[in-house]
Amino acid sequence: MNSVARSRFSLLFRLMLLLLLLTLAGGLAYAVLSLPDQTVGLSDRVAANMETSGVSNPVTAVLLNFRAYDTLLEMAVLLVALLGVWSLGSAAVHRRVDPEPVLLFLVGVLVPMMILMAGYLLWVGAAAPGGAFQAGSVLAAAGILLLLSGKHFPVRLPGWPLRLVLVLGLGAFVAVGVTLVFANGMLLQYPPGLAGGLILFIEAAATLSIGVTLAALFLGGRPDPEA
Amino acid sequence: MNSILLYALLGVVLFTLGLHALIVHAHLLRKILAINVMGSGVFLVLVALGVRAPGAPPDPVPHAMVITGIVVAVSATALALALLLRMQAKTGRTRLPVERLE
Repeated sequence: MNSVARSRFSLLFRLMLLLLLLTLAGGLAYAVLSLPDQTVGLSDRVAANMETSGVSNPVTAVLLNFRAYDTLLEMAVLLVALLGVWSLGSAAVHRRVDPEPVLLFLVGVLVPMMILMAGYLLWVGAAAPGGAFQAGSVLAAAGILLLLSGKHFPVRLPGWPLRLVLVLGLGAFVAVGVTLVFANGMLLQYPPGLAGGLILFIEAAATLSIGVTLAALFLGGRPDPEA
Repeated sequence: MNSILLYALLGVVLFTLGLHALIVHAHLLRKILAINVMGSGVFLVLVALGVRAPGAPPDPVPHAMVITGIVVAVSATALALALLLRMQAKTGRTRLPVERLE
């Protein structure tokens, strides 16, 4: 096949691909547009059960109470992803540089603020947008900032403390679930009086685990003790 | 045609753009980015369709699914990037081997 024929072939291929993708986009758009305007969805069922959920923010109620099983498995996915990354090799050893004073000052101001912010997001999640995932992401951002600024923070503390924090969220979730199985025979079926406290407990553990897991994922490998 | 449908349609456009990039680009980093764009499109559709009825409070179930979905997408991307780096360290390649149809 000479180059002219090949470029013609590639042009034909691209045109056909565009045509197929436009058909797909048209089909999907039609599906979106043809949905009925008013649907009941699950809003009403969530609203009807809000009183027993222990929190007043419906998104948190769905995440940690009505569909807590999803969130439990999702914490497991997070842990498995980190195990996958760790199984591929150790974290790259970064060249130590002396960070600029401006960066150091900024990190010194921002990191405590971000930790405070994470605590606030965790607490406010019971009543307003917020919760474990948002708080965990802010915590992870603080950790990444520390890593980037060259402060020797988490690479120094591998071993069991790091691993304990990593499994804390999933562990707390499973512990609550198993306890409830023995207490009332249903996995993650909170008694209404205790629901708020249990959700806060699980969310606090999950926030720590999510934050540390995401920051550890950023390292891109297993931190070695002697690094 | 209200603004909510506009967001949902934008999600469809993002999904299709991502799929196009996934097919056209051979570099694996671009493929990972393309899958992320596709995922963002799906999230946008889900969030937009959660507030379909104007005035009514948004349906919390799709929103909760998107919150968990974003974190899963981030961790899956991290795993994909680690695999890509490992592959590049082992073979020096950042593309999948091409099988010629002869």
